[in-house]
Amino acid sequence: MHGQPRKAPKPEDEAASAAKAEKLRNLQSQFLCFHRNNIYSKEALEVNAKLLEINPEHYTAWNYRKLAVEHRLTQSESDPDSVNSILNEELKVVESALRQNFKSYGAWHHRKWVLSKGQSSLDHELRLLDRFQKADSRNFHAWNYRRFVASLLNISEVDELQYTTDMINKNFSNYSAWHNRSVLLSNMLKRKAQGFFPKEKVLNEEYELVHQALFTDPDDQSGWFYHLWLLEQTVKADAPLLVSSWPAHDSNLILLGDSCLEDSALSPFNTFHSELGTIPLVVYFNKAVEGVNSSTISVESVLNMKGELTWKPLSTNNSQTAQVWVTYLNYPDIKLHSSEFYPVEVSVGHTQGIISSNGFHYSHPSRFAFKVFVRPFEKDLAGHGVEMVSWREDNFLLYESHSQESNPILSLDQLNIKDDQEESSSKWRAETIANEIALFRELLSEINCKIGKLTLARLLIAHDMMMSPIANKMVHSEEVIELYSDLMMLDSPHSQYYKDECSLVLLQQITSNMESLLRYCFRHGDRTSSFLGNSICLRLNNLSLSRVGSVEKLLWVQMLDLSHNELRSIEGLEAMQLLSCLNLSNNKLSSFTALGPLRLLKSLKVLDIACNEIGSHSIDTTRYLCSSPLSHTEEIGWSHDEMVTGDINLANYWEAFLIFKDLNLTQLDIVGNAIADEKFKSFLVKIVPTLKWLDGQQLQLH
Amino acid sequence: MSEDASSYPPIDPTNFDLIVLGTGLPESVIAAAASANGKTVLHLDPNPFYGSNYTSLSLQDLSSFLISHSAPPPSPPSAPSDGHDFTPAALAARPLFSHVEISSFAPDVLGEEHSRKFNVDLCGPRVLFCADKSIDLILKSGTSQYVEFKGVDASFVYNENGKLTSVPDSRAAIFKDKSLGLTEKNQLMRFFKLVQQHLEDDGEEGGENESRNSRISEQDLESPFVEFLNKMRLPPKIKSIILYAIAMADCDQDNVEVCEDVLKTKDGIDRLALYNSSVGRFPNALGAFMYPLYGHGELPQAFCRRAAVKGCIHVLRMPVIAVLMDKSTGHYKGVRLSSGQDLFSHQLILDPSFMVQLPLASSPPGLGSIKRRVARGICITKRSLRSETSNFLVVYPPRSLFPEQVTSIRALQIGSDLAVCPLGMFVIYFSTLCHDANQGEKLLNAAMDSLLTVPESAHPESSTTVHSENSAEEKPTVLWKALYIQELTMDHFESISSTPMPDGNLNYNNILHATLKLFQKMYPLEEVFPETASPENPEDDNEFSLES
Repeated sequence: MHGQPRKAPKPEDEAASAAKAEKLRNLQSQFLCFHRNNIYSKEALEVNAKLLEINPEHYTAWNYRKLAVEHRLTQSESDPDSVNSILNEELKVVESALRQNFKSYGAWHHRKWVLSKGQSSLDHELRLLDRFQKADSRNFHAWNYRRFVASLLNISEVDELQYTTDMINKNFSNYSAWHNRSVLLSNMLKRKAQGFFPKEKVLNEEYELVHQALFTDPDDQSGWFYHLWLLEQTVKADAPLLVSSWPAHDSNLILLGDSCLEDSALSPFNTFHSELGTIPLVVYFNKAVEGVNSSTISVESVLNMKGELTWKPLSTNNSQTAQVWVTYLNYPDIKLHSSEFYPVEVSVGHTQGIISSNGFHYSHPSRFAFKVFVRPFEKDLAGHGVEMVSWREDNFLLYESHSQESNPILSLDQLNIKDDQEESSSKWRAETIANEIALFRELLSEINCKIGKLTLARLLIAHDMMMSPIANKMVHSEEVIELYSDLMMLDSPHSQYYKDECSLVLLQQITSNMESLLRYCFRHGDRTSSFLGNSICLRLNNLSLSRVGSVEKLLWVQMLDLSHNELRSIEGLEAMQLLSCLNLSNNKLSSFTALGPLRLLKSLKVLDIACNEIGSHSIDTTRYLCSSPLSHTEEIGWSHDEMVTGDINLANYWEAFLIFKDLNLTQLDIVGNAIADEKFKSFLVKIVPTLKWLDGQQLQLH
Repeated sequence: MSEDASSYPPIDPTNFDLIVLGTGLPESVIAAAASANGKTVLHLDPNPFYGSNYTSLSLQDLSSFLISHSAPPPSPPSAPSDGHDFTPAALAARPLFSHVEISSFAPDVLGEEHSRKFNVDLCGPRVLFCADKSIDLILKSGTSQYVEFKGVDASFVYNENGKLTSVPDSRAAIFKDKSLGLTEKNQLMRFFKLVQQHLEDDGEEGGENESRNSRISEQDLESPFVEFLNKMRLPPKIKSIILYAIAMADCDQDNVEVCEDVLKTKDGIDRLALYNSSVGRFPNALGAFMYPLYGHGELPQAFCRRAAVKGCIHVLRMPVIAVLMDKSTGHYKGVRLSSGQDLFSHQLILDPSFMVQLPLASSPPGLGSIKRRVARGICITKRSLRSETSNFLVVYPPRSLFPEQVTSIRALQIGSDLAVCPLGMFVIYFSTLCHDANQGEKLLNAAMDSLLTVPESAHPESSTTVHSENSAEEKPTVLWKALYIQELTMDHFESISSTPMPDGNLNYNNILHATLKLFQKMYPLEEVFPETASPENPEDDNEFSLES
């Protein structure tokens, strides 16, 4: 239970626990003997029950009981009385185990297993639950089990909701009760159950309830978590939406075969050089979706003559659900009329199939269009003019825009059809958020409360996002950044999180309009390098960024400088499919695993990861931050002879191998990382055959 | 009564360590404590029931008790000095009550038969805080086996608009409260936390600088509580709740000129601590208060049972007519019963409704010292003041009824589930401190009128009662009403100790504190209830009393 001080054991306690251990050992060896020999006699079951009564955590013992039950049930198939007595015996064993430890996973699980057989009476279960929930009203095992029993008994969700209300009224610092409330309400809102529609009315009442908890005791976190859930219910549209795309809607895309071509009339935001003869087409949703394919997204264009397009999810963990999807349009080898624009029209979601991971269908069919203009492509130039790209400061000149440049950060929100109902609910959203902001400002004027500040910051961000989804004017970003800076000091253990949030806000602010974005756009002075061409370098260096965000507005970027920040991860960067030059030097990247998103950037040629912390930490913690620790090992497509290349054991550099083997880098800077010794460098040269420059030195061509 | 007394057989033995006269709570506690310490105790009471001024009675008995104790009775016959080595000093009754006004508005409803089903408290409104010292005493003495308690469901504050709002007295209550604004909830809870923090740090005593920060400064602790609340920027509504409904201050703390006992911050905090530790102490009492099943009269009776188990002899209906004083030393020697029997003891404890008319003393010392009185009122209704609860407390803070109201008034409604009245009826107790009867009556009448309909005449047509039942909005009608003024004095005599009278407070803390002090003075070497006093088998009860 909560809040009970630990005491040092007394000598007599130690003696007692030694005796208990002895007894346990005895029982255990007896039990294992029975188990090994598949003995399910009465005596064997009694030994097992004694063992579980002392140690309810013994999983093998529970599994043995399941086997025993199955065994005995097959023997007494026909006789309902003996079936009952077998199962009742199990329920008794569980109860005595729970008396020993009412938080035993194994015991609760076993009870569920027995009841799932559908043979036992459920009348006793609610009484049992009452007892355990009285002993500790927050015991989440009991709450879990309650949900299970409630569904078996067909107890109405309204009754269960009332139960959470009662528990919350008794003591509102009860995460489990609030959580169950959110589960029940989610279901009822989704079903539009009677009395739980419209959603706005229900959520208003919930806000009212949770305010009582938050204001009564702002130091108690359970209510705040419920508030966070409410905020999510308020802000997030259920259905997935298309947020942005590349090429952008209404843009004129110029494809350059020849990098030397200089035409200041062409907007560099829409100029793209492709050696591969393909144009990436990127769609960016507001949440992760599945079901993006040639039937759910249709592309009409003369450029797309090779038949069906294959859409690929841009996800670092190989899942079939992703927020960003990409496909490649081929433009044919035949010379197109160089003076003509070729229109491309993309229709998203006109047939059903795009579904968010929480089961909502894409319901706002939308269409975006752009034109492609292909400049003559002269193959013989391709091999020439490839020079080393230098990130030196004096190579960059602030970009001066032309008056009528099309806006690459145009949001696609405006394309989404809004019906009347949507409008009234968006009005409700705005009012609700504004009301919440006012309330918490008032609370914070009275007291200093960390989680209150965090909530206010989140509300302000939500407010800004909602008020101007198109222009994305960040009215409150100053206030939000101030709140997060405060929090970093007040709550240093979580400062990294606040820093991340701060980075996101800063990036939102930078990308909120063309004017502010242009302050970070530079031309690279050295334009001889073929893949720089006419394009622009976005320089987001020296901003103390610890995370990458607002990528949906930066899909056009081909050259990106993120050096001198505090990046530990580059999650999100995988969406920037046009990226060919990337500077990540002088950050806090601590492993190759953290560079995972790079594997999806097929156009990347120039990479600077100098002066990071790769190899400095013996344990790669980034691994454990990923959604699945196994996700990295999925691509085990190596042949045996790849294992050892020369005198270098591939296994030592496995993480690096996974990142670099699929990249066609011509230039890499890795100096200033603990891992970058001569041995590693020679390994890199071997696995990246396209590499021409390593740490500023031209490599001898083989 | 005295006719009956002579029919009693003589009491044997005739020598005791202690004779206790009166079976009120303080006397019974002393009798039980002395018995538990192995003293021989004789416990006498002229009344046919236990409890004296702390008793619970049927309506008729209550009326006659009040009336008989409001007028000075004929002075007792001066006992003849019959040549012993002691002189008898006549024992006179002191009228504790005055201005007794009893009106019955529905004789049919409250007929003879019904009247017997009431157990109405003489010293109400009274409750026990769950964390009261008296509860500890009841548990420690083993008395708990003879008395059962139930939690009081709620407590309310009467506000200027004539509405009752619940007292947000705990975290859960603040959360649920519908009348406080969000900011008010925050302010109130923060104040509770501050106090709690202070108490925790106080408990740890000394040490780190860090913990000192959360302590309330010495200067604040000595200043008036109301000033501290002002300093904490608490709004008037919350201030009033804390002062009068939680700290239970009696007088208008905002008005220093008229306030006779300004509550100091440290005392205020102690009271908050008591309240706070009361909430949730017992699983079956949701709020801070408890009420004994069958009324407060059960408490002295329970202590008497405890005393009886330890050998104390109880005799009811046994008036004492005189106290016997040693001729040569002038010290107390014994008592003379109305039956004429003389009994002797080392010590005597007197119920405050008796006065010894010492031949030497010119006048009783108590007379000039009457400073304050307590006005008490009782109303019987057939409908609860609030439809959803039957047992609850109501506090009328000063000035909530009218501007001249300088004291706080407390009311307690108890329903039939506590076995104090017939099914479906309710007893509502009122009390307030006052200087004179007029002031007290005015205050209580205003409080009653605010929530109840008191019929004009004492003998209304039966039709009016019927028709008042119509609307639920209407205030409940009073069926029976009593109003009386009780004295608040305390006397001390040489070698004869008088126990405290029922005070104006809700709980027994001050009374028991004085009682235990009295016990310690008599028996400085004895513990009040030695630890060995574990609850005994109920079978022992048989010998508990001489009452037939």
